[in-house]
Parts: sequence; C-alpha cells; structure tokens
Amino acid sequence: MSIIWLIFIPLIGGLLCWQSERVSRGAPRWIAFFSMVLMGALGVHFLLQGDYSLAPSAAGAPNWQAEYRAPWIPSLGISFHLGLDGLSLAMVLLTAGLGLAAVLCSWREIQRNVGFFYLNLLWNLAGVTGVFLALDLFVFFFFWEVMLVPMYFLIALWGHNAPGGIGRIHAANKFFIFTQASGLLLLMAIIGLVIVSYQHTGVLSFDYDVLRTTQMSPDVEFVLMLGFFIAFAVKMPVVPLHSWLPDAHAQAPTAGSVDLAGVLLKTAAFGLLRYVLPIFPNASQAFAPVAMVLGVIGIFYGAVLACAQHDIKRLVAYTSISHMGFVVIGIYSFDLVSLQGVVIQMLAHGVSAGALFILSGEVYERLHTRDLRLMGGLWSRIAWLPALALFFAAASLGLPGTGNFVGEFLILLGTFKNWPVIAALATAALILAAIYSLLMVQRAFFGPAQSETVLEGLTAREVTMVLMLVLCLLGLGLYPQPVLDLTYSTMSQLVR
Amino acid sequence: MSTQLTLQNLQALLPVILCSGTAVMVMLAIAFKRNHFMNATVTVLGLNASLAAVWWVSSRVALPQPVTDLFVVDSFACFYMALILVATLACVTLAHAYMETHSGNREELYLLLTLAATGGLVLVCSRHMAGLFIGMEILTVPLFGLVAYSFKRSRSLEAGIKYLVLSAMSTAFMLFGIALLYAQTGNLSYSGINTALLQAADIPLLAWVGCAMIFVAFAFKLSFVPFHLWTPDVYEGAPAPVSAFLATASKVAVFAALVRLLQDMPLMAFGAMHDVLAAIAGLSILVGNLLALTQSNVKRMLGYSSIAHFGYLLIAVVSGLNLEQPTVAIYLATYVITALAAFGVMVQVSSPYHGADADNLQHYRGLFWKRPYLASVMTVAMLSMAGIPMTAGFIGKFYIVMIGVGAQMWWLLAALVIGSALGLYYYLRMMITMFLTQPGMRRFEAPLNWGQTTGGLILLLAAALVILLGVYPEPLLGVAMGLASV
Repeated sequence: MSIIWLIFIPLIGGLLCWQSERVSRGAPRWIAFFSMVLMGALGVHFLLQGDYSLAPSAAGAPNWQAEYRAPWIPSLGISFHLGLDGLSLAMVLLTAGLGLAAVLCSWREIQRNVGFFYLNLLWNLAGVTGVFLALDLFVFFFFWEVMLVPMYFLIALWGHNAPGGIGRIHAANKFFIFTQASGLLLLMAIIGLVIVSYQHTGVLSFDYDVLRTTQMSPDVEFVLMLGFFIAFAVKMPVVPLHSWLPDAHAQAPTAGSVDLAGVLLKTAAFGLLRYVLPIFPNASQAFAPVAMVLGVIGIFYGAVLACAQHDIKRLVAYTSISHMGFVVIGIYSFDLVSLQGVVIQMLAHGVSAGALFILSGEVYERLHTRDLRLMGGLWSRIAWLPALALFFAAASLGLPGTGNFVGEFLILLGTFKNWPVIAALATAALILAAIYSLLMVQRAFFGPAQSETVLEGLTAREVTMVLMLVLCLLGLGLYPQPVLDLTYSTMSQLVR
Repeated sequence: MSTQLTLQNLQALLPVILCSGTAVMVMLAIAFKRNHFMNATVTVLGLNASLAAVWWVSSRVALPQPVTDLFVVDSFACFYMALILVATLACVTLAHAYMETHSGNREELYLLLTLAATGGLVLVCSRHMAGLFIGMEILTVPLFGLVAYSFKRSRSLEAGIKYLVLSAMSTAFMLFGIALLYAQTGNLSYSGINTALLQAADIPLLAWVGCAMIFVAFAFKLSFVPFHLWTPDVYEGAPAPVSAFLATASKVAVFAALVRLLQDMPLMAFGAMHDVLAAIAGLSILVGNLLALTQSNVKRMLGYSSIAHFGYLLIAVVSGLNLEQPTVAIYLATYVITALAAFGVMVQVSSPYHGADADNLQHYRGLFWKRPYLASVMTVAMLSMAGIPMTAGFIGKFYIVMIGVGAQMWWLLAALVIGSALGLYYYLRMMITMFLTQPGMRRFEAPLNWGQTTGGLILLLAAALVILLGVYPEPLLGVAMGLASV
C-alpha cells in the first residue's frame, strides 16, 4: 500500500458519502466511519512496518520510511512527492483518530444534507493529511489551501448563529480570508525561495530535498522566513493574528471545531517544524526572541480572555490560543527536549481540546445554549458528561498523568536552559490555566441548578468515543516513550 | 516590405477570411429565411471552421508569416485567435437558449457576434497602427448593437449608448495618438515607430503624448482604473451572453493587441510610462476589488472583478521579464474559461425569462438545492476567480505571483494580496448564497432540461476544463511556453 492512499481513502470516502445520501441518510455516516477506520488502520500499518527509531542519516536528510513520487508539472520542476517520517506519522494518526471522533460526534447533530457534510469533513481531513505528507512545496501549498474550502463550507452551512455573536457566514468568511491572504504570503515566500535556489543551482525545483539546502544571504533568508512564519502564525494562531479563531470556533458545528482545534491548528506548528526551522536555520535563530515573546503573549492573552468568556466554545477556543503559545516557545527554543515536548503537546492538545468541543457540543444538543450563565448545576442533571468534562478540564490545566502535563513539562524544561525568563513566565501562566479550567467546570456543572429536569445522559456511542479519547490522553501522560521514540530522529535533526 | 499578397499569406489569413466569410453567410442566411436554429447553426459551423483553420495554420504554415506590413500571423496570433474563437463559440451557444424567448429579431445577434470576433482576429494579428485601428473598430462597432440588443429594456439601450459614446471618445484618443506618432516619425508600423524614435537624440514630448493617448484608448477598452466607469453599467445593461462576450473575447483581443504593441514598441512602457502602467495596475486591482465588494448585482460584480483581473495581468506586462508572454497567455486562458463558466450559469438561469436577466444575488439563493450541477459550475468558477488551488485560476495567479516575485515588484504584489483578500469576500458571498435556503425566497428556476441543451454541455465542459487545468496544467503550460520565444 502506498502512502498516497492515506489521502485517497478520505477523498474517495467523501465522494461515496455524498452520493450514498440517495440511498439513505445513515449510509454516509457509516461510509465516513469506515473510511476513517481504514485510514487509521493504514496509519497503524505504517507504524508497525517502518523503523522510526533509526538515527538520522549522515547526509542530514530525515528518514523517509515511505515515499511516493510522480511527475506533476515537469516544466516547473514540480512533482507529486509525498513522504512519511515519524513526525508526519504521528500527525496522520492524530488526524485519523480525531477524524473518527468528528464523524462520531456529528452522528446525531447533523440532520441536514448529511452526505454533503461528510464530503466536506472527509475532504478537509484529506487536505490536512496531504499537508502532513507533502515533500514538495507546491504540493504542500496546494493542500494547505485546498483543505480550507471544505472547512469554509462546514462552518458556513452547518454552523450555528450564536445569539450576540457574528453570523456563521461572517465567521466563515473571516476564517477564509485570514488564512487565504496569509496563504498568498506563503506562496510568495515559496516562489522567492525557489527563485533563489534556481539562481544558485540552475535547477527549477519545488522539491523539499532541493530547497532544504538552499544557500542564501542573511537578509533574503530572513524575509523569506517571515513569509512562511506569518502564514503559519495566522493558522496557529499567534496572538496579533488570532482574531478569526474564536469566531470560527464559536459558529462551527462540533465536528468542525474538533477538526479545527485538533488538527488544522497543528498544520501550522508542523509547518514550522518541517519547513521553517530546517530551511531557514539562521534566520529562525535570529527571530527566536521575537517568536518567544509572541508565544508568551499568546499564552497569557489566551488564558486571560478565556477566563472572561460566557460562551463555552469561545472559552475553549481561547485556551487553544494559550496552549499553542506553549508550542511556539517550544519550537523556538531549539532544544531537543522541548521539541519532543512540542509533539506531545500537539497530540495532547488535539485530543483534549477536541474532547472539550465534543462535550460542549453534547451540552448544546441538550440545553440548546452554550452560554455558561444559563448552565450551572448540570452535574445532577446529565449522567456521565460532567465527570468526563472535569477530566478534560483537568487535562487542559496540565494535571500530571495526562499528556498535556508531559508536553508542557518537557517544553518548559527544554526552554529553561537557554531562556529561563521566558520559561518562568510561561510557568506562571499555568496558574491562569487552572483558573479558567476550574471556572468553566464550576460555572457549567456545579452551583445551583437552573431546573430540576433530568436531561438525557450520554449514549453508548458518545461514551465510547469520549472514553477512547480519555485513554489516549492517559496513555500519552503515563507512558509517552513510544511517541518520543517515534519522532526522535526527526527532532534531533532540527537541533543539529 | 512587400505589398504583394502571396498564396502563403492567404493561407495564413485563412482563419480571418473564414470568420468574415461566416459573417457574410449568416447575413445571407438571414436574408434568405429567418430561422433561429438554422442561423445559429451556420454561425457555429463557420466559427468551428475558422477554429480548425487556426489549428491548421499553426501546424502546417511556416510561422511567423508576415502579411503585408499590416499583419503578422505567428504562434502568438494563433494562440489568441483560438482563444477568441473558443470564447465566441461558447457565447454563441449560450446565446441560443437565451434568445429563444427574445421578442423581436433574434438572428442578427449571431451576425454581430461573428463580426466582432472577426475584429478580434484582425486585432491580434496586427503589427501596424492601421491594422490596430481597423481591428479595434471592427471589434467595437458590432458591440454597440450587441449591448443594446434588447433595446426594449431601457437599461440595455442606455448601456449601448454609454458604450457608444465612450468608445467613440477612446477611438478619437487613439487616432490622435497615432497621428502624433506619425507626425514625429513618419511611420505607422510598430517597429518602424520604435526605431525612428530610438534614433532621435531625445524623444520629443509629443511622441510621449501620442503613446499616452494610445494607451488611454486601450485602457478604456480594457477598463483599467481610472477609465473604468462605463464597465459596470454596460455589463449590467447588456444581455447576459453579450456581457460574457465583452468580458472574454473582446478583452482578450484588446489585451493581446496591447501586449504585441508593447513588445514591438517597448518605448511605450519606458521610463515614466512604465511607472504609470504599474500605478494603473495597482489601482485597477484595488479599486476593482473594492467596488465589487458591495455589489448585489452579479453582473456588476463580475464587471468590477474583471477590472481587478486585468490589473493582475498588467503586473505581468510591466515586469519586463521574458516570462511575460507565457504568463499573459496562461492567465488569459484560465480567466476566459472561468468567466465563460460564470457568465454561462447566469445565462442559463436567465434564459427562460423573456429579457429580464437573473442578475441579482437573490436569484441565486438556494440554487444548489434546486439545480446542483448549475450551482456546482458556478462554485467552481468562483473558486477559480478567487485563485484557489485545484482550479485553473490558481495556475494563472501562481504565474502572476511568480513573475511579480521574479521582477521584485513588491508594491504590486502587496496590492495583489490585498486585492485577493477583498476579492475572496465577494466571491465567497456569491458562492455561499447558492447554498443557502430561506423560506419565501424568490424563485428563478432554471429550465429542467438545462443539462441536455448544448449550452449546458458547454458549461459542464468549461467547469471540467477549469478543474482539469487546475490539477494538470502541463499541456497549457507547454503551449504557453512556446510563446516565450516569439
């Protein structure tokens, strides 16, 4: 099986979902479910088959455990080049896992145009997978942009019009325009890089292996690096460029939020790890202080604003900004320990934020509101859900035993060596994390109940799905070594 | 400097001859019998013959083939002739369904379209001010009639008169400019003027004024800012298939003529003129996109967006890199297909409604849930206009960015980024409107059998081409790269 199937399974599955709606409304759900299972199984197959513990090769190239290359646009030196290493495999597995959760959590929520919904969901996941696998910068950009269109439809067509907030179409437009405009900067930077490389080598190529070794003057390197960084910073999001995120999350359907927080934001961090650090090593070093400060601002800003939110999904969205701040400082500390922590943090945040969005979605299905002021006392009214939410809130504040703790701890540990002040500041922000997490749980689940009616508890499907995520998070927290081994070779490459 | 026509010359001119022959045939056919279907068929057959002749010329005749001092048929001319003919064919096909319900004479539309196409063919071959002028007039004069074709609607008549007056103005500018250049150089061929001016110790001011006036005329036809004021009104007033022709075939012909003029007369884009062109490019991008933002009329929106698109194209022209020709060719080809798809959907939606075009955004509400294929074509067209990967528009934009970065024109690239961000807003609005449903919406139902009519087939073909070129652009790039050596 070639790795190209990791992209084609959701693509074809999506088309089948779309057409199978003619048969019955349930058919698209099952097809989407089996596509994601198949994709996950294929990911596991690559996990078992490849040897990711290899030391990095002498030439400095990452160990591609599987590669696929086909000519695409030869006159521009573009080939359809995909490759799989430990880092991209970890991300692909996250995509498949959260994709499965997204399919399951929209089982009952989506009743309109089910087939078209799953088409968009699966195509979005296919695009994200393409981003994780691309080894040609044109292919990377192609998937980077293509994955946004289905996401746009998910928010615009199946989103909510939260009272008091901006409409779902407005939110979708904002999301799309932010990411597309920054995408054009990325395109310019990519083309600039290709032209610089062409001037040196005389070969027009968009291939990662060619461009990775491009020689350039410090000024050029810095400008091109900025182009990449800004595009990734919008998607991450880094604070001055974040304003699309809370709106998009608040209006998106549950599956869209899970997808957005769990997987889409990770493409930005992945981009920094895969492209910015290896291609522009010197400029990245020079830029590190700025990135560090932006990261710390993001951590505090997200945490403080999260404390003030009434909409539970906006609250989780702001905590995402805060958690991605940790990822930024982890990446720019250029330390193997913190880079390893970044991977754990990305996986753990994907799972915990995804789970919190799912649980918010379940609350919304029962109460038809996401306003924390209208909740309170839900512990006695819904079975299972509050306890699970408490677990993920605890994970979100970095409780030991969960993956989030391991990720944050490793990031802070690695950062402290060279950036003690930054690490100290970021640690202080963990108090804010405790405040917003407990505030959320307190306001939603404890306190006086608004009514005595007992609401429907979680169904077996929902409990299984969420418990799976609990297990993932505990696994990452209690025994993270397999993941660390998986990405060790790629990460040790970055700090050389 | 031969003034004799050889057989080879005639062979090279075959597409133009066939196209003008078609015009005569259509005229005779109308005189013989007013039969809508028959006249349309004659037109389509003639245009197809002309298209086949372009293919024959490009593969069998030794190119470039100069035809007197006025024209030259080379691969550049062949590419744009083919593009114009394809666009005209699509417009004719789309017009057939649209005109079925037209009250009044329907057949002359085909005559005028064919004539205008002939003008376009002449225009892309000319390398001489006389050829340029003749081509421009043959292209423009039928357009007056076309724009005002449904003259019982005051909008259409108004648009026709507006276009007539402003075109006459721009023609006057062009003639004056040509006269000034002739007075300075005593020459009318592009390259002759250029050499004569280069030989002069310093170029006289009047020659600059002449160049500027000629450019003003071009800017009018291509509706560059600040010469764009007529565009939205004319697009809105003209019948939908004519708007499609204006946005595609007519603009391609004029832009190709401009590219050739600038190539043979590089002086026209030299020094201050270069800065003026760059400024106009930036202004067109920003103003075109800004004005399109608030439009609720789809035709006006597409009109403004075409201003912006030709602003993008001008970036390639002012770059001064030898990638210019392929970039322009690729962008124009992708733009034409996209615009045909977009206008085509509008024509299809409007067709059965006796003259009133479905051009308000409201008419498209929920289209996807009623006519999924039609709405899918429009969605693809909008994504392509916005330059999203997997569509042809992305390849065009990719080349523009590439040439902009290559020539290091950062200000224009900044305008492109801002313009694209603005553009997304209205393309997305158009797109999402088609997916929305709301009770009590006005129903403009497309005819049930739209997919079986030839117009529907053209639309599906255009949408398929947009995606095919977006995913596998290699063949187009190959053809376009062949133009680089011209």
